[in-house]
Amino acid sequence: MAMNKNSDHKYVIEVRDLDIYYGNFKAVTGVSMKVERNAITAIIGPSGCGKSTLLRAFNRMNELFAGTSIRGQVMFNGEDIYARDVDPVEVRYRIGMVFQKPNPFPKSIYENIAWTARIHGYKGNMDELVENSLRQAALWDEVKDKLQQSGLSISGGQQQRLCIARAISIKPEVILMDEPASALDPIATLKIEELMQELKKNYTIVIVTHNMQQAARASDYTAMMMLADRETRSGTVIEFDDTKVIFTNPKDKRTEDYVTGRFG
Amino acid sequence: MKEIWIVQGFANNLNLRNRIGTVWYVIFQASTIVGIIALIALLFNVIDGSFGYVAYEAKVDPDTLAVDGVPVEAQSKEQLVSLLQSSLSSGAYNKLENEKPFESRSREGVYQLVVERIIRPQIVAVWKLWPSLTQADEIRATVAQDFPQAELDFVSWLTYDFVSRPQTSEPLTAGVRTAILGSLWTILFTILLAFPIGVGAAIYLEEYAFDNWLNRIIQTNINNLAGVPSIVYGILGLAIFVRALEPLTSGKMFGLVNLTSENGRTVLSAGLTLGLLVLPIIIINAQEAIRAVPQSLRKASYGVGATKWQTVWSHVLPNAMPGILTGTILAISRAIGETAPLVVVGASTAISFDPSSPFSKFTTLPIQIYQWTSRPQDEFRSLAAASILVLLVLLLSMNASAVLLRNRFSRRF
Repeated sequence: MAMNKNSDHKYVIEVRDLDIYYGNFKAVTGVSMKVERNAITAIIGPSGCGKSTLLRAFNRMNELFAGTSIRGQVMFNGEDIYARDVDPVEVRYRIGMVFQKPNPFPKSIYENIAWTARIHGYKGNMDELVENSLRQAALWDEVKDKLQQSGLSISGGQQQRLCIARAISIKPEVILMDEPASALDPIATLKIEELMQELKKNYTIVIVTHNMQQAARASDYTAMMMLADRETRSGTVIEFDDTKVIFTNPKDKRTEDYVTGRFG
Repeated sequence: MKEIWIVQGFANNLNLRNRIGTVWYVIFQASTIVGIIALIALLFNVIDGSFGYVAYEAKVDPDTLAVDGVPVEAQSKEQLVSLLQSSLSSGAYNKLENEKPFESRSREGVYQLVVERIIRPQIVAVWKLWPSLTQADEIRATVAQDFPQAELDFVSWLTYDFVSRPQTSEPLTAGVRTAILGSLWTILFTILLAFPIGVGAAIYLEEYAFDNWLNRIIQTNINNLAGVPSIVYGILGLAIFVRALEPLTSGKMFGLVNLTSENGRTVLSAGLTLGLLVLPIIIINAQEAIRAVPQSLRKASYGVGATKWQTVWSHVLPNAMPGILTGTILAISRAIGETAPLVVVGASTAISFDPSSPFSKFTTLPIQIYQWTSRPQDEFRSLAAASILVLLVLLLSMNASAVLLRNRFSRRF
């Protein structure tokens, strides 16, 4: 399937009645939401309510490691990424991912990006691509003199930005971020947030975060997730709206309790 | 215990807990010491047998073999050959000629034959290293009294000559070159079979296979195979490689039949048998190494749209390689020391020419050691001890080179 990059769809990702199962256990129930192009969408909620599971369903990472199955649809530019003729590798190529723990390849900083580009058959000027990617990730000035050093030799915050540089080097449309700053100190966290604001000019970002200030500061839209009911322990999106609305004037009582710190 | 630490309702038994800890500490230390003692005893035994006094008498005095005042050591190859021809029966001479034509033998080889067949030094008594060092005077007195003709020498059974000479039936001229080369040839085919197949199977089981009942049965059976007695593999090798695949393992298929290999009891059969033997060990170790590659690395790779093969080839394998190599080293070390399956597959015990192709008859160091230790004479015991040292050195050097190789792999950063 050829995924059309310059789609006119306002919403890059559209989720329709999505259920996600781990074997027989239904982890996420009935999620419908639309992810707007060139915006930052945050997914917040208490631990164990399926935020990361939902995020990983957006680029079919779940099925690789947890053996999940889904019901419903996830549309990317109007095409169902779970359709039979879709290769999940292609989905992950167009919808990149940044993980909770920085995980650069144990290769040089240069190779981290060059390898990623090479496996997709990049034929242009590699030095240029590496520099551009690192510049976009606001890392170039810090590492330009040590491109041949290991990607693991730099600090945690720098490693995470290297992972972002790696993700954007192949020019995806969407970048999924799974608590990208939770392993970082506040200064490194701030840098990541500033970077996200830069990146959203060219990319669509979906971020899972535990940090409500982060969601309030950095995101345009917020999805509030919570267990649908305590019996089945299945999570769902209880409210999805402008971030401002979620944090100042939520419609759902549970959202209000959560964002004001009275969760219980 | 000081008053201030005592809390009502608790046993306050720190002293007791510390004593128990000390007891266990002593037990663990004792276990280690037992192991070290066993190792020292082994080394002592081997070294003790490899050096010491030897008393020997020559059947024919070498001085009588001098021609025109030229001692036998300095004679030319042609002179030595004619000496052999005149001294040996024609049957014995022709047999030597058939084994290897005199024309293609070196002068040293012919000289050895002269020593072996004509001068024939006979060992009359052998002492080990420890008595040789502590009771030298008594030994000299005994020899002077019991064997007045004999010469007494302090010898090292482990010499360069011992390593470089082919096997003979005379302990004084016997060597292990044939066995060393046999071992190396065998191990070569073991590695060629077991490493690619083992690593391939491990990759399949860890990265591709689904967790279903069939694959679980396969996994369980691989684990069990690692514990099957090696003699069973010998019987398997005999049935498959020596008998069923004889056209292949004897080289007939390639038109390579010669006098040295008319059946499937060849280096190739032995190597493949040992390959089967170590295959499960290599698979299990490689699986462990692949499993130890952090999941985050795979996620990173898949997360940027890499395919399974790109992930395995660029990330999983390079990072698992040090562990895979370590496991392979262990497996190969085991293969080098194996004796039983090779006896079944048909290693030759007495063979004096080097293996020269996959289809050669062969012997290996452990077979040689086994054969020598089963002889009644003391001198063969000493030869066996020296061969064990050779085997240990061979093992250590192979391990060392593999460790170097492994470090090269893991020092990429």
